[in-house]
Amino acid sequence: MNAPVSPELARFLLKQEVEEFLYREAELLDERRYEEWLALFTEDARYWMPMRRNVPAGEGGREFTREGTDVNWFDEGKATLGRRVGQLRTGVHWAEEPPSRICHMIANVQILSAQPAGPSPTEVGVKSRFLIYRNRVETETDVLVGKREDLLRRVDGRWQIARRKIILDQSVLLTKNLTFFF
Amino acid sequence: MLDGLVDVERGIVSREIFVSEELYRQELERVFARAWLFVGHESQVRQPGDFFVSSMGEESVIVCRDGAGRVRVFLNSCRHRGMKVCRYDEGHTVEFTCPYHGWSYGTDGALVGVPFAKDAYGPRLDRTRWGLVEVAQMTNYKGALWATWDPEAPAFLDYLGGYKLYLDLLLDAWDGREGGTEVIGGVHKWLIPCNWKFPAENFSGDRYHNVSHRSVDLVGIGPSGKGRRDMQERNQARWLDVSFPDLGHSMIVFLRPPDAPIAPAYQDAPDVAEYFRRCEEERQRRRGAQARLFGGPGTIFPNTSPLARQPRTLAVWHPRGPHQTEVWRWYLVDADAPAEVKDFLRQYYIRYSGPAGLTEQDDMENWNYAHGASRGTIARRYAYNYEMGLGRATARFEDHGLALPGVIADVTEANASEHNQRGFYGRWRQLMEAASWKELAAP
Repeated sequence: MNAPVSPELARFLLKQEVEEFLYREAELLDERRYEEWLALFTEDARYWMPMRRNVPAGEGGREFTREGTDVNWFDEGKATLGRRVGQLRTGVHWAEEPPSRICHMIANVQILSAQPAGPSPTEVGVKSRFLIYRNRVETETDVLVGKREDLLRRVDGRWQIARRKIILDQSVLLTKNLTFFF
Repeated sequence: MLDGLVDVERGIVSREIFVSEELYRQELERVFARAWLFVGHESQVRQPGDFFVSSMGEESVIVCRDGAGRVRVFLNSCRHRGMKVCRYDEGHTVEFTCPYHGWSYGTDGALVGVPFAKDAYGPRLDRTRWGLVEVAQMTNYKGALWATWDPEAPAFLDYLGGYKLYLDLLLDAWDGREGGTEVIGGVHKWLIPCNWKFPAENFSGDRYHNVSHRSVDLVGIGPSGKGRRDMQERNQARWLDVSFPDLGHSMIVFLRPPDAPIAPAYQDAPDVAEYFRRCEEERQRRRGAQARLFGGPGTIFPNTSPLARQPRTLAVWHPRGPHQTEVWRWYLVDADAPAEVKDFLRQYYIRYSGPAGLTEQDDMENWNYAHGASRGTIARRYAYNYEMGLGRATARFEDHGLALPGVIADVTEANASEHNQRGFYGRWRQLMEAASWKELAAP
């Protein structure tokens, strides 16, 4: 017999589950298990990364390029993310051949929303911070820092990423290319 | 001065011009302070008071539509102590105020505000002499905004010369109407560790580097599902490398046979495919024989690169020291295209180009490491080879009665040549050696 779970404990367990999901995901990327990573996305997933502008403090609404209208760093569905994975697997994608060494640090995980209310939601909104370190060939090194806003959906008992917004804390991109995932 | 460094007749260019600090400083004076440079698009400054901060050479400039509706380009630096008067990327304003001592300037560049002016300066300060520094010449050509610091520079259309026909492939509407393009909101800006001439010469006409894009050909990101571009259209065409050696501009273009049917394109999206089919019909009706021509990448001397068709973009390679380039990439669409067409193109463009673009990613890797491996004491003793296709171009190209401007190398069989790159470096050398535009214009 399971003891009834208090709402506080349910929230704690949910957060634990989500954190573990995000850490496992980072592990798949750093170990270059891209096909398994791609399988974490729902079929209708949206993966996008707006650009940021320098605007006056009172005009924050114009800071980000708009989803679905403006130019972004990424604006992808699962099919095109799959092409990116395919390109990494060709062995002749010179921007990642030899492969970069990449480390994803995921932190400050916050559950922003959970639907439906109760002990076992099927959709949760999650915000997290990332620090991505890339070192390639010899001394080439990049550090990218920012936030992610995810919508996770429980499908057949497992969490999947239905939507990911990536917020990079740079306006001019300080690295030559974005050949890796966030 | 450049003897032995740039010899385009023999196809030899020294690595020194890519890595030398001294030549770089001279470049800023003789190339970037004199040439016409692309600064933005009029659709970024639609209303009086709208501004967009751009760059010319290493310097920040403000592109602004003044109260009278005229587009102006100013050096973004206060006349008092040099602070940037605008550190926002774009927006709307009635004046630019320096945060250091508070001097303020109208959207026409006039010095309009000086704190404590009466007490601090008395009657001495002549405000009319201390407005923002303005470029010597500015031109709006079909929505694209160009500026030069040199009052002696030839008018923009003379600077463009016969290249106008090829730039129009980018700036005219898909259906052949004059102009009609706008930029999609947001400009990609990123840093590449290489000299600015690497990307400028690559876009001038480097078909040869297609091998470095093999990975994207294999996975296919073309708008018709397979390949990375619309190969059917290209496969039936003559492949031409067009250069204007006396101007420095160049473009890769394709010339369809006169009787060729319209090749289907954008087959990933039936509505978009239908839109382009209708546009192409219209274009052929409007442009006649010239509609046989369609454009690829090119470079307008020195550092602006149109990519005329798929995707349709404009890049500027801003110098940031001899070893670093800041790229700005704008994306263009027909202003009156249906929303679903714009959206399809937007997603395709950024999946292809820019730092996250499957195609352009590999370019940056090549330029990064080519530049780095050219800097060594030993490495820089050895020149680069630009001999490909020497002696195979003609200044009188004609096909089925259609004469095309420029000096043209037909590379349909050869696949590639370095004809365009030689034109680029020949003009670069002329500017670096000439003391003035008058000297350049002399026969």
